[in-house]
Amino acid sequence: MTRATRLTVLTVVTALLVGLAVVYTLRAAGDADAGRGGDHTTLSLDRPGRILFRSTAADGGRDHLAAVDAARPGERAVAGRRCLVFHAAHGTGVCLQPARLALGTYDAVLLDANLREKGRHPLAGTPSRARVSPSGRLVAWTSFVNGESYAGLNFATRTAILDTRTGRLDDNLESYALHRGDESIHSPDVNVWGVTFAADDNTFFATVATGGHTWLARGEVATRTLRTVRENAECPSLSPDGTRVAYKKRVPGADADRPWHLFVLVLATGTESALAETRTLDDQAEWLDTDRVVYSLPGDLRADIWTTRADGTGHPTLLIPHALSPAVLRGPSGT
Amino acid sequence: MYLSSSRSADLASGTRAPRAQAPPPTARGARRVAPVVLTLGVVSLVTDVSAEMVTAVLPVYLVLGLGLSPMAFGMLDGLNNGATAVSRLLGGHVADRFRRHRTVAAFGYGISAGCKLLLPAAGGVSAIGGVLAADRAGKGLRTAPRDALISMAAPAAEQGRAFGVHRAMDTAGALLGPPVALAVLWVTADAYDAVFVMSFCFAAFGLLVLLLFVRDPTPEVVVAGAGPPTVRASVRLRDAAAVLRVPGFARVCLAALLLGATTVGDAMLYLLLQRHTALSPHLFPLLPLGTALVFLLLAVPAGTAGDRYGRGRVFLAGHVALLCGYLVLLAPLPDRAMIVAIPGLLGLFYAGTDGVLMALAAPAAPPGLRGGALALVQTGQAGGRALGAAGFGAAWTLYGPHTAGVLAAGGLALALLAAAALLAGGTLTPGTTRPAGPRGASG
Repeated sequence: MTRATRLTVLTVVTALLVGLAVVYTLRAAGDADAGRGGDHTTLSLDRPGRILFRSTAADGGRDHLAAVDAARPGERAVAGRRCLVFHAAHGTGVCLQPARLALGTYDAVLLDANLREKGRHPLAGTPSRARVSPSGRLVAWTSFVNGESYAGLNFATRTAILDTRTGRLDDNLESYALHRGDESIHSPDVNVWGVTFAADDNTFFATVATGGHTWLARGEVATRTLRTVRENAECPSLSPDGTRVAYKKRVPGADADRPWHLFVLVLATGTESALAETRTLDDQAEWLDTDRVVYSLPGDLRADIWTTRADGTGHPTLLIPHALSPAVLRGPSGT
Repeated sequence: MYLSSSRSADLASGTRAPRAQAPPPTARGARRVAPVVLTLGVVSLVTDVSAEMVTAVLPVYLVLGLGLSPMAFGMLDGLNNGATAVSRLLGGHVADRFRRHRTVAAFGYGISAGCKLLLPAAGGVSAIGGVLAADRAGKGLRTAPRDALISMAAPAAEQGRAFGVHRAMDTAGALLGPPVALAVLWVTADAYDAVFVMSFCFAAFGLLVLLLFVRDPTPEVVVAGAGPPTVRASVRLRDAAAVLRVPGFARVCLAALLLGATTVGDAMLYLLLQRHTALSPHLFPLLPLGTALVFLLLAVPAGTAGDRYGRGRVFLAGHVALLCGYLVLLAPLPDRAMIVAIPGLLGLFYAGTDGVLMALAAPAAPPGLRGGALALVQTGQAGGRALGAAGFGAAWTLYGPHTAGVLAAGGLALALLAAAALLAGGTLTPGTTRPAGPRGASG
C-alpha cells in the first residue's frame, strides 16, 4: 500500500467508527430522554400497607421511587426522588444514589418520612444493599469496592451501620470482632454484606465471607461483634416477628451464574426449608408479612418483584412488574 | 501528551550531563524517538482509552445494570491469571517463530476489540467471565510482540527512552478512558451499551493504525538489530527456551521474579493507606489517578536516566521507591503526608520499573528471540507478583497487617540486595563502551 492509500483507508474507516460511536450514543441519549419526565407525586413513609420500590419501567419514572398498595398492587405512584438501592422502615428511608459523576462516586442519603434528605454519607464503592431497622433507628448499607484485594480476586464489599439517634457510624463492619465457634478470625479477605436488623436496635444478621466460604452471622452493634451461625447463607432477611431468617443459599447443580435458591431458617429449631421458587435468584429478600417473602428476579436491565410463601408451600406469584429494591411499610406493631 | 513528555525528557537528558556522556549519536537522530515507537504509542493510547472505559463502568454495570451480587463478580477474576500467562508466552514465541510480531499483536488487539462488542450481549456471569477472559488473552497475546517491535525499532543505547515514551502514551490513554466512559453514561442516562460500543470504536481505531502503519520486522532488522546475534533464522521452541542460558538475560529474569515476589499490589497499599488515614471514600478513586499521573510524567525521564546511568540501577531505584512506600505506611506520619506520598512513590515505582525492565531485558536477548524472551520476563515478574500477593495475604491472616507490612518491607530489602548482586554482573551499567554514570542514580 502506498502512503496515500493508507491515509485514505485511515480517514474512511475512522470516519465510519466516529459515525458509529456518535450515532449510537445520540440514539441512546434520545431513548433516555423519552424515559424521563412523567408526573411525580409526593410519597410518604408513614403509610403502612404500602410497598415502596425502585421502578425500572422504561416509560417514565425509570430509577424513581414508586409505591403500590401491598394488598392491591395495581397502579403505581411515582416520586421525584431517584434511587439505585432503597429501603425504609418507620419513617426513615435510605437511598443509595450517585454523588459525583466525574469521580463515579455514590452517597447513602438518609430520608425523612416525606422522602426529604436529612443527611448523607459517602459510599466506598458501588451501591449493593441497604436496610433500615424496624424502628427506623439503625441504617445499614453495603457497597461494592473495586480493586481492594489480593491475589487477583478483584472484589470486596464494605458495609456500614449508622445509629441515627446517636450519630455513631461504624464505617466498616470488617472492624467488628469476628468469631467462628471459639475461634477468632483475622483475615484481610473478610467481607461482610447484606445486613438485616432485629427489633431491639442492637442485634442484626449479615453475610460474612472469608476463604471462599460464606456464613450467616449474628452481630451486635453495642459490642461490635459478629459470630457465625451457619455456613452457606447469603443476604439474610429477618422476619417481622424475629423468629425466622430468609436467605439465599448456593445449591449444587444450579445455574452457575446465580447458584442460589431461597431458604427460610427457623432460628429456635435450626430447621431449614426451601421455598417454592425454583428459579435461581440473587437478591436480599424482604418479608411481605409474617407468612410471605418478596424478592426480585432479574431480567435484562429490568427486574420484577415476586412473592412466595415462607413455609415452602404454594407457588411464586408476580407481585410488581418492573421493580427492584422493595421495602414493605409496616405499622407500629410490625404488621 | 507525547509532546510534553518528550520535552521533559529532553530537559532531563540535555541539562544534567556533559555532552561527552550523551548516548552515542546517530547524528541528530539521537533526540528523536523512532516513528514505529510513536505509532505503537498511539495504538496503546487509544487501546487503553478503550480498555479503561470498560474497566470504569463494569462493576456498576454488573451490580446495578445486571443485578449481579459482588460475590458472583469476584468469581470472574480468579481463573484468568493463568490463562494470561499462557497466551503471553504463546504470543511471544509465535511472533518470533514466524517473524510476525505485528500480525500476532494485531490478533491480540483484534480479539480485545471484538470482546467490547460481545459485552452487552453477555447477560450472565459465565458469559461475561468468558468475554473478559478472551479480552485478557488478547492482551496477553499482544504485549510481548509489541514490546519486541519497540525494542527492535530503537538503538541499543536508547531502549529506555523508547519504552518510556511508549509507557507514557499508554498511561495517558488509561487516564482518559474513565472520564470518557462517565461522559457517555451522563449523556445517555446510564446506557452501558453505548459505553461498550464507543469502547469498541476506540479499540478498532487502534487496530487500524497498527495494521496500516506498523510492519512485521524485516529479516535484516531481526539479524542486524541491537543485541547478541540470533541463533538461527527459524526459531524453534528449544531456541526460545535457550534464551534463559544467556547469562545476562537469565539474571534479569531472576531479579524480576525475586522483586516481583516481594511486591505488594497497589490495591493492597491503598487499602492499608485507607486504614491508617481518615481519607474520604469519595477521594479514594483519586489515589490510582495520582499514581498514573506520576507514572505518566516520569516514564520518559526514568527511561532516559536508565539509558544514561544504567537500566539496572533505575530498575532497582524504582523498587527502592516501593520500599519507601512500605516504610511510609509503617511510620507514624501525618495523614496528609501519607496520602501524598503513597501515590507519588507508587508512580515513581512504575516509572522506574515497567518500561525500564523491558529496556533492561531486551538488549540481552537476541533480536530473533526477543518476543519470547520479553514474554518470559513479563511472566516471571507476574508470577512473582502473584506469589507475593498470596504470601502477603497469608501473612496478614496469620500475623495481622502491621507484621505483614514489616515482613514485606524486610523481604523487599533482601530481594533488592539479591537483585543488585544479580544485576551487577554487567547489566547494571549501560554498556561497556561508555563509562558508568555516577553511583546511585536516583531514589
